[in-house]
Amino acid sequence: MIPGSTPIDQRPTDTTPRHRHLLDLSDWSREAMLALFDTTDVMAQVMQRTIKKVPALQGFTVGTLFFEDSTRTRLSFERAARAQSADVISFAAGGTSLSKGESLKDTLRTIDAMQADLYVVRHPASGAPLQISRWTEASVVNAGDGRRAHPTQALLDAYTFRERYTGDAGFEGKRLAIVGDVAHSRVARSNVTAWTTLGAEVVLCGPRTLLPDELGERPGVTLTHRIEEAVEGAHAVMALRLQRERMASGLLPSLPEYRQRYQVTRARMQLAHPDALVMHPGPMNRDVEIEGALADEPRSVIEAQVANGVPVRMAVLYTLLVGSR
Amino acid sequence: MPSETVHGANTPAPRTVLRGARLLDARGDHGVRDLWLEGGRVEGFDLEGPAELELDASGLLATPAFIDPHMHLRVPGQEEKEDLASGLAAAAAGGYGTVVSMANTDPVVDDPAIVRALVEEAAALGLTRLRPAAALSMGLRGEQLADYAALQEAGAVMITDDGIPVADSHLQRRACEYAVELGLVVQTHSEDPSLRRDGVMHEGRASHTLGLPGNPDSAEAIMVFRDCEISLLTGARVHIAHVSSERGLRVVRWFKEQGVPVTCEVTPHHLTLTDTVWESFDPVFKVAPPLREASDVAYLREALRRGVVDCIGSDHAPHTRAEKDRDVLTAPFGLPNIEVAFPLLYTKLVIPGEITLPTLLNLMQAGPARVLGWPEPTLEPGAPADVALIDLESERPVDPASFKSKARFSPWDGEPLRGWPKLTLVGGRLAFRS
Repeated sequence: MIPGSTPIDQRPTDTTPRHRHLLDLSDWSREAMLALFDTTDVMAQVMQRTIKKVPALQGFTVGTLFFEDSTRTRLSFERAARAQSADVISFAAGGTSLSKGESLKDTLRTIDAMQADLYVVRHPASGAPLQISRWTEASVVNAGDGRRAHPTQALLDAYTFRERYTGDAGFEGKRLAIVGDVAHSRVARSNVTAWTTLGAEVVLCGPRTLLPDELGERPGVTLTHRIEEAVEGAHAVMALRLQRERMASGLLPSLPEYRQRYQVTRARMQLAHPDALVMHPGPMNRDVEIEGALADEPRSVIEAQVANGVPVRMAVLYTLLVGSR
Repeated sequence: MPSETVHGANTPAPRTVLRGARLLDARGDHGVRDLWLEGGRVEGFDLEGPAELELDASGLLATPAFIDPHMHLRVPGQEEKEDLASGLAAAAAGGYGTVVSMANTDPVVDDPAIVRALVEEAAALGLTRLRPAAALSMGLRGEQLADYAALQEAGAVMITDDGIPVADSHLQRRACEYAVELGLVVQTHSEDPSLRRDGVMHEGRASHTLGLPGNPDSAEAIMVFRDCEISLLTGARVHIAHVSSERGLRVVRWFKEQGVPVTCEVTPHHLTLTDTVWESFDPVFKVAPPLREASDVAYLREALRRGVVDCIGSDHAPHTRAEKDRDVLTAPFGLPNIEVAFPLLYTKLVIPGEITLPTLLNLMQAGPARVLGWPEPTLEPGAPADVALIDLESERPVDPASFKSKARFSPWDGEPLRGWPKLTLVGGRLAFRS
């Protein structure tokens, strides 16, 4: 085509991409994430008022669709919806007759008859929220799918860093170390996408059995099997929850050996940047992946992560439901 | 191929002439001729006299109908996925004259009565010929050998636990030893179950990025090695089904170079798709063994050229749409492809010049016949009148809604292909006409 000959109706009218779904963060730009953080700031103020409710999503219905139990995440999303006056319908589909023997598509079709405007989906299989987005007119927010993505967790982790880091502002030149069971972690995958998109570097650390080499192929990401190397100079250190079944399935020899080699401890944090924050996506195994006393230090922002879950999810719901119309 | 069974209706096949087709078989290109068929056999070229059925085949290729050593027909017991009428009509629409059905049904094909029933019911349909495979182990449980002699007597042409790898090497050895004296081919689904574990896709960059449980190519290579060693140990004719990876195929090649009596097949999907299709998280791509990387596809294609691969096996594995609309962890393995196998490989491999048309035909005619110990299919007088007429010119998109198979979905949905079969004759009778 001749340059400049693009018909008017095919020219981009708005450079800000509008998102209908939040499935993972791979199609979210740095600008889109920063705009969402600005919206989150507003939502955080709402949550500090005496009356913690605004009419922003009045008339919208949010359906939470949890094929895997997660009371914390579901409550956080439901709080985020109700604080904006949206109606909430909840389907706890995990292990019930709703999912037994029925295809995901049939289950979704049944639920879709309730005509929600947005579904919040948690599923043990990677990709299930993406599949669901193909079968409904509603927006879909991924609340964690298999090992693949947990985008709102990564957004709230990055937002918490932006809010709490006391050194110079911004993500450029900053380094996040993620330590532990990276292979099975959707939180790690989404944080890699979020932080590298925002301009930070990410160091992934864990034993070889829990840290596939291929994850280090992304620009801005490095791998190490030595925790000291990962923590050294890091501006934030995130410990991942270690599932006990990793020992039974032959991926790790023993808990004591894991602690000795990969526990995030006060001593190891001496190697980090002086302003470094300690993070954990929860739920936390105290004294397994993280030294219990470290979790209670002022540099630990684990409680702030939980608290920020609600305003971040408020901003996500608002952006998808209102920002796209 | 075996032709004892009376095929189709119990009347002689009509004397038929295919006018003006380009005749191509294992003996070479015979040019544009009239092909005469009589009494279920090839009568000759350019004959005279009356014909009961006269078909204009000008502009079309006439070639021996294809043989598929590996198809899942789902009978008995899983007729919601496929039945004999739908599956054999699908095979006929794909240009196939003979298919070997797998034994992983419910009940399992480990009983001579089931084999006999399959052969008889299929013959009565007058579609593609069915030659069932029988189970290697009772109930596919991998514990006890099935009654191979009785199964063979009933019509089984191969033994295999396909769908479930034989984990016990001792059982595999004894199965092979026993099969040798009967002259039965032992087909293997070579994947080490303890290494593939819960993998739903190929283990590699894509699986790690997408967060899906991976199945490494070494699971295939290890088991291919064991199965080839057991062929060497026992002298059994071992046929490695659906080799999907470079690592696995290198092992087959190494054993072949030593004269070990192993053969192997590759599938249309492993020759045309890679693991990056998983970005769509569509369970239609979930197959076992899994779709591999681009370098594996390139190696498989190179192996077709070098003659390392003996034949194409479709591994047509139909499921219901609802089963494939599950999530990627719980959806079953397998995809339907028998109706598109030839057009797909013709369009993706022959047209771009990666392999020649005679090479592709060999992989779907003489190749599978050799694997099964059958005579080479030709268009010579006296050969069975199993003939496919193929339009190599017209292009049309894959339209799953028009499939004869009950599995009306496809990884190649909408893809424009050339080389569609127009007509398939089996034993001189029309089994398919588009």
